[in-house]
Amino acid sequence: MEVTTKSMPYEAWKDNEYIESLINELQQNGTNVIVGSFDKLINWGRSNSLWPLTFATSCCGIEFVSLGAARFDMARFGWEVARSSPRQADFIMVAGTIVHRMAPVLRRLYDQLAEPKYVIATGACAVSGGPFKKSYHVVMGVDKIIPVDVYLPGCPPRPEAMIYAIMQLSRKIKVERFFGGVNRQQKQEEFLREHPIEGVDD
Amino acid sequence: MFDFSILTNWIHNLLSSFMPGWLTVTVECVLIGVVLLLTYSVLALFYIWFERKICAAFQCRLGPNRVGPMGLLQSVADMFKILIKELISLKHTDKFLFALAPYLVILASMLAFAVLPWGNGLQIIDFNIGIFFLIAVSSIGVLGILLAGWSSNNKFTLIGALRSGAQMVSYELSVGLSVLTMVVFAGTMSVGGIVEAQKDCWFIFSAHIPAIIAFIVYLIAGTAETNRGPFDLPEAESELTAGYHTEYSGIHFGFFYLAEYLNLFIVSGVATLLFFGGWMPLHFPGWDTFNHIMDFIPSVIWFIAKAIALSFIIIWFKWTFPRLRIDQMLALEWKYLLPINLFNLVLMVLIVVYGIHF
Amino acid sequence: MAEIQQRIAGLFPEATFEEGDILTVGIPDAKWHDLALALRDQLHFDYLITIVGMDWVETLGCVYYLESTSDHTRIAVKVTTTDREKPMLHSIADLWSIAGIYEREVYDFFGIIFIGNPDMRRLFLSIDWKGFPLRKDYDENPDVNPVPTDNERQSDFTDTYVELPDGTVEKREERVFQPDDFVVNIGPQHPATHGVLRFRTAVDGETIKKIDVYMGYIHRGIEKICEKLTYPQTLHFMDRMDYFSAHPYHHGLCMTIEEAAGIEISRRAQVIRVLMDELSRIASHCLFIGTFCMDLGATTMLFYTLRVREQILDIMDKTCGARMTFNYECIGGVMQDLAPDFVQDVKALLAVIPQNVKEYNKLFTGNVITKNRMEGVGVLSHEDAISWAVTGPSGRASGWACDQRKAAPYSIYSELDFEEVVRHEGDSMARFKVRMDEIVQSARIIEQLIDNIPEGEYCVKVPKVLKLPVGHWFRTVEGCRGTFGVYLESDGTVNPYRIKLVPPSLNAAAVVDHITRGNKIADLITIGGSLDYIVPDMDR
Repeated sequence: MEVTTKSMPYEAWKDNEYIESLINELQQNGTNVIVGSFDKLINWGRSNSLWPLTFATSCCGIEFVSLGAARFDMARFGWEVARSSPRQADFIMVAGTIVHRMAPVLRRLYDQLAEPKYVIATGACAVSGGPFKKSYHVVMGVDKIIPVDVYLPGCPPRPEAMIYAIMQLSRKIKVERFFGGVNRQQKQEEFLREHPIEGVDD
Repeated sequence: MFDFSILTNWIHNLLSSFMPGWLTVTVECVLIGVVLLLTYSVLALFYIWFERKICAAFQCRLGPNRVGPMGLLQSVADMFKILIKELISLKHTDKFLFALAPYLVILASMLAFAVLPWGNGLQIIDFNIGIFFLIAVSSIGVLGILLAGWSSNNKFTLIGALRSGAQMVSYELSVGLSVLTMVVFAGTMSVGGIVEAQKDCWFIFSAHIPAIIAFIVYLIAGTAETNRGPFDLPEAESELTAGYHTEYSGIHFGFFYLAEYLNLFIVSGVATLLFFGGWMPLHFPGWDTFNHIMDFIPSVIWFIAKAIALSFIIIWFKWTFPRLRIDQMLALEWKYLLPINLFNLVLMVLIVVYGIHF
Repeated sequence: MAEIQQRIAGLFPEATFEEGDILTVGIPDAKWHDLALALRDQLHFDYLITIVGMDWVETLGCVYYLESTSDHTRIAVKVTTTDREKPMLHSIADLWSIAGIYEREVYDFFGIIFIGNPDMRRLFLSIDWKGFPLRKDYDENPDVNPVPTDNERQSDFTDTYVELPDGTVEKREERVFQPDDFVVNIGPQHPATHGVLRFRTAVDGETIKKIDVYMGYIHRGIEKICEKLTYPQTLHFMDRMDYFSAHPYHHGLCMTIEEAAGIEISRRAQVIRVLMDELSRIASHCLFIGTFCMDLGATTMLFYTLRVREQILDIMDKTCGARMTFNYECIGGVMQDLAPDFVQDVKALLAVIPQNVKEYNKLFTGNVITKNRMEGVGVLSHEDAISWAVTGPSGRASGWACDQRKAAPYSIYSELDFEEVVRHEGDSMARFKVRMDEIVQSARIIEQLIDNIPEGEYCVKVPKVLKLPVGHWFRTVEGCRGTFGVYLESDGTVNPYRIKLVPPSLNAAAVVDHITRGNKIADLITIGGSLDYIVPDMDR
């Protein structure tokens, strides 16, 4: 099964093997026809309506602003409904460095997002600590605190790269299963159990 | 002009030919409800798309164009997503009121739909106090917003709700008074009657100066009533994150989101009704050929097109002006709009008494 | 200089003097407060540029940099203590308002307690942080300070150290907010804070009673990392502090290192640097106008201003190879030569700037709502601007001529013909208009230079392994948001002994509480927006 979007041919994508392995994993038990088409409808809706949370800590956030501006115009894909309230957003672009003091806040924001929720680690700092690898106060990669769906390298990544990353996310959502089977939610819960943060529960 | 009452009467006769009276009424109510809901959601989806496209045009962007032709399916996708998004239940909140609030807001706008003159003979109910009913039900919305802000147990929502309370209560006056001005001119409160009175000439032309003043005041106050920019203080993004609906997720937030756009439609619809002849085509006395050509356009299209054109102006406000501050907003209402309105009302009375109108 | 030295020696016989490029005075802690008072009132050193906390291993201490706002002479004062266990110095927070925040920063990094400072909490690091990171003996093992797994503990009390008449020092606690205050937490994730800044705001209805500013949500410890790197390696952090003034900040650090190493750079490199500085100033001010208008609710302006910014970023992209983090200036000049069509692109940009500025004014500045929202809101008086050391366009809007390009001209600025934009209203509208006018002035500078870029090498030869002589240097440049200072101390090795960066945003954020009191919540957004702080800049 080729998972792609209107904007890009299948061959132009990278990481096709990953998506295929994901599909294989999901289809192990076969798909029920009715449930399968429900899934398709829901996934169509979800993958085409990704509302970001207005969240930026540093440089990458400014490129995110550029992404919304006329030149790159993320509104074309329907991503421009940036919500300031985490309850109403679908994904966080962790745009910028996350430091020790911010870590619990980020985790809390993640917890406040309503399911289904996704995370894109944007920029070298969020992926691995980046240029601040030697710092005493920087979290070396946000995957230490929240589960990450797409890693987007760059310092800061260009807006084109951000479009690509969100499109990858939307491709990933397209093969998700809502009903039965291997469920994304279970994996998330597993992750959160392994990375507990006390005092945050809602 | 095609009279839609022929269609509705035919359905009524068809149903009552094989059903007892009470069942006919029930079935008709259900039918109307379904049609209303459908119109409601289609309109809301259209409006969301419309605003996104308009604002993109103002900002030299393209706006949604990937999902469906010209991005038309974008808001449908949004709807599917928001329907199945998690509804977060919060600790330490009043659960009942928290859940009730979005429904109240939706209810208010839904009720207002009942008296809007959609087309010739296409009105759900035509009271003799139609306008009064409209104003009464549209005030329920503020209750929903106040409840939402209060029950969320969050400081931002509380400030948002209080702002909204102050704002809506104030601007209700201006809306009411401008409506009253036009009611004085029409001499009736019945929606059908007001539309009928504009058969030859729309009120904005026939009642000239006071009608234009009333229209401008109504447009400003109506924008404030719908909580839209530059009066979007209750949900001022940069001040209160998302205002009174900060804590709402999923479809509950969707309701607020929809109601905002539907209120926009209602405000423009009422303006259409009061100043631009409702579903009446554009007629000029004496221009018979022109009037005849205008009659060919169906009345439903007339009404919706006029309402959308007025909404466009309100959307234009939002994407042009910066936001007002709370004290400035209240000063605008109490110091300027209200006295202008009262004066305008007297002017209208004089015009009606001395017959200085077309 | 000699005259000042004589007068100080007359007043304080125990003072020691160190000649350098500027006069450095050493004074025992007990006399420091008196000296500060004399410096401020009698010798008119009324602008406290920065307090540099220092760890000289045997002693801990501070270097205070002061400037006179009338004739722009500078003086440094060194105060030290030998006590490493519980170091204490006297506070000057009662003389300069900004000193309170500076001292908190020094306390946070070095653990030096300032007696008399009303608020001795940590500034950037959390309350439970172990150790003082900029001390040389700081234990960096991540196990000592792991990534927190719990919500941050927060105290409702400030610590104050008061000296009793008998000489002992007593610790007192004071409430930040009263028990019946309605405290709204704005930030760290909030669209109006321009990043991750946190305001705890006590409100009375819509009126603001007090704001408690929390910083450090993006404190990355740049100063400490710099100490582990060689000089060329430290440069790239300048891009990541105030990412809009990447070029001026680079310029500042390069200039300091070049001066210390005695490197003379070519005229071509200097012209290129100034061109880049001014281009980034235009881009930065454009973005300021956009985001500020967006804060006020006029979203559309952002898209119009970003149009110009994108054009500038294209020019940068061609020459520097990146849109934001350029790393273009290097020690000895610049990394690469200008792109072939640089001149042509810049001319195209200059052609569109006047019409764009006109459009912004038409769409926004003249709007009646804008005027109501901005005029008379958040007035910062001339005295307060100096006392809080609010530099840059915000300071100039209060009538303080603090442009380093005029006050202490560096590079080739003294040869250029441009005006320093100064306004006297001090309100948000003035701060907005100053930036609007600076766009025009920057365009003027570029116009003068663009046809006269001299030939020559763009980068002079610099030794592969760069060692600086022992000593310390302090240089300031005009960033897009105000005076950016670099303090550099070298011990003769390839690594800097201490680099202290003085960001203008810290002062802008510190003054928010002072000028928002009594205003409405919506005014906080206006004031915060018009001060135009960048959070990674203040947090470093």
